[in-house]
Amino acid sequence: MAGTGEGKKEEPDYKKLFNFPLIRHTDMPEEMKVETMELCVTACEKFETNNESAAKMIKESMDKKFGSSWHVVIGEDFGFEITHEAKNLLYMFYGGRLAICVWRCS
Amino acid sequence: APQNIVRYSFKERSYKSTSVVDQMAVHFVLEGNLLHQDSDEARRLRAKEGDDSGEDDRPDSVASKTDKKEPKLTNQFNFSERASQTLNNSLRDRCCQTEPPPRVTFSDTANQWKTYDMYEMETEKQEKNKDKQNATPKKENDNSKKKMMLIETQSDTITKVLKPAKILERMCNQNICDDIAQDFKYFEDVSDEFRDQKGTLLPLWKFHYEKAKLSVTALCWNKKYQDLFAVGMGSYDFSKQGHGMLVFYSLKNSAFPEYIYPTSSGILCLDIHELHSHLVAVGFYDGCVAVYNLKEEGQEPVYKSTAKTGKHTDPVWQVQWQNDDMDNNHNFYSVSSDGRVVSWTLVKVRYTNTLIIHLCLDSNSRCLSFTVGGTSFDFHKHIDYLFLVGTEVGQIYKCSKAYSTQFLETYEAHSMAVDAVKWNHFHPKVFISCSSDWTIKIWDHTINSPMFTFDLNSAVGDFAWSPYSSTVFAAVTTDRTVHVFDLSVNKDQALCQQTVVSKKKTKLTHIDFNPVYPIIIVGDDQSCVTSLKLSPNLRRTPKGKKRQELPKGPETEVAKMEQLLRLLREPDPTTV
Repeated sequence: MAGTGEGKKEEPDYKKLFNFPLIRHTDMPEEMKVETMELCVTACEKFETNNESAAKMIKESMDKKFGSSWHVVIGEDFGFEITHEAKNLLYMFYGGRLAICVWRCS
Repeated sequence: APQNIVRYSFKERSYKSTSVVDQMAVHFVLEGNLLHQDSDEARRLRAKEGDDSGEDDRPDSVASKTDKKEPKLTNQFNFSERASQTLNNSLRDRCCQTEPPPRVTFSDTANQWKTYDMYEMETEKQEKNKDKQNATPKKENDNSKKKMMLIETQSDTITKVLKPAKILERMCNQNICDDIAQDFKYFEDVSDEFRDQKGTLLPLWKFHYEKAKLSVTALCWNKKYQDLFAVGMGSYDFSKQGHGMLVFYSLKNSAFPEYIYPTSSGILCLDIHELHSHLVAVGFYDGCVAVYNLKEEGQEPVYKSTAKTGKHTDPVWQVQWQNDDMDNNHNFYSVSSDGRVVSWTLVKVRYTNTLIIHLCLDSNSRCLSFTVGGTSFDFHKHIDYLFLVGTEVGQIYKCSKAYSTQFLETYEAHSMAVDAVKWNHFHPKVFISCSSDWTIKIWDHTINSPMFTFDLNSAVGDFAWSPYSSTVFAAVTTDRTVHVFDLSVNKDQALCQQTVVSKKKTKLTHIDFNPVYPIIIVGDDQSCVTSLKLSPNLRRTPKGKKRQELPKGPETEVAKMEQLLRLLREPDPTTV
């Protein structure tokens, strides 16, 4: 991972290019999707170095907005298998390195 | 109290003055109910009560009748409480189960290379979209450009009326020069009938652009639009070199050029592409070659050679378009005093979605170097590799594109610089050359000596083969004269020698036949171009046996020339 990071440094162009949020998978309705995506971007920008705080912020905001029991995972390198309520999952990339998975399951 | 109080009396419906205002206010009145027991009233009451007691049997009736008795008051502090208990509703249990919201399982792995790949794909997609959008926004851009143009034109009233004004200008010119237009189309000099073989030239329009005080150095008709021709301007006086100008005139408007391109260096030669008539190759005095695109706006050439791309180091004397090469790139040749013949190719390079075309030297380096400067050249009409180069010292070289060092043949043609050399349009072996040594010579390229030599008694500036006959050519000399020859009619003398400009100082520099109409244009060193119509005698097709028209066609033309040549070859050639 460090290697790829260095590779990116060599190509600052790519870093700039890949700075946009990119939704990998979602089954949310459009409106919810946009809102969640924006929230994720805001959180990741706010806590650039602290994924935990970012995840916390996302989870709490989501709980407030859409009701309880949301789960958030943010990281660079992980695998996961989750069960979520239908229409309540967003899996996206951000900033060229972060993967963010937000889902609801009670 | 005031004396003048007036009050409205509702009873009498008018204002009444009240003289006296009651000064007394009663605040509280309480009548007492005590009586003195010895008073009359008490006695009377007592007597009355005595009466009443007698009637006590029916007190109720009396009380209700008289209503004098006080009503009986209930004691409001006297409550009695009552309670009761109702039955409670019995409780019931009720159950139901909803279906849980549907759940989906999802799994994935997030790592760097996956994110990278995804981003890569996405950017690609976006770029593709951009490409697609670029196509459409371009139109929009065009539209907006047009809009901008419109806005600009709205602000600028002159450009707004540009097109109508142009049409009007043409109309005016056509009306003014109506007789010329009529002459151009219909006039045939009847006196030719009696003049035997001689012919005349009828001056038609004169083209002059007053801002260009330069010498006409190049003329070229547009092959596609036969009324349009290009004029290159520069200077042949090498001590007075300055700017140049490329102008385009139409026969439809003799007053003002259609296009004007000022150049920094004098133009010495130009050529219009035969198929893509908007492309004009130009050679400059400073050694540059450039290509102008008439479709593009702006005054600058679209392509121009630079020192980096290997421009000539001396004036470029002739440029000529070639057929497109195998990659469909346009290419042309140029010849210069620096002794090189260079092939230029407009190479299309695809570079990040934009087409950039630049002039480049042919990689095969079809670049011939001579020890002496070349002044003119011409490529064979049919044999692709064969071409002739005229030089400053009067020699003509027959060269091949295949060999860059050797000449196939050297003709000791002239004693001065060869001004022009041209292949015959029809006969594959014949070419012609002219020089400042006053002579024009016609050659068979297989024979080392000239077939014909004509001495015009003045330096020959330029000549041109006619497009309609293999034996007709016209030449201009510096003594203001146009010479028209038809070898099939008279192979010793010109059919017509006519002075076409009146000013004594003027020199004629160039001449060109219109590809379709029987007219020629002649340029002089006062930046003036004159168009002349050939009289019927000059373009007569040879009559076979008494008015019997010979079949037309290139074969006939070749045969005509061949016949002439045979005449010369077989008997002792006295003219050579």
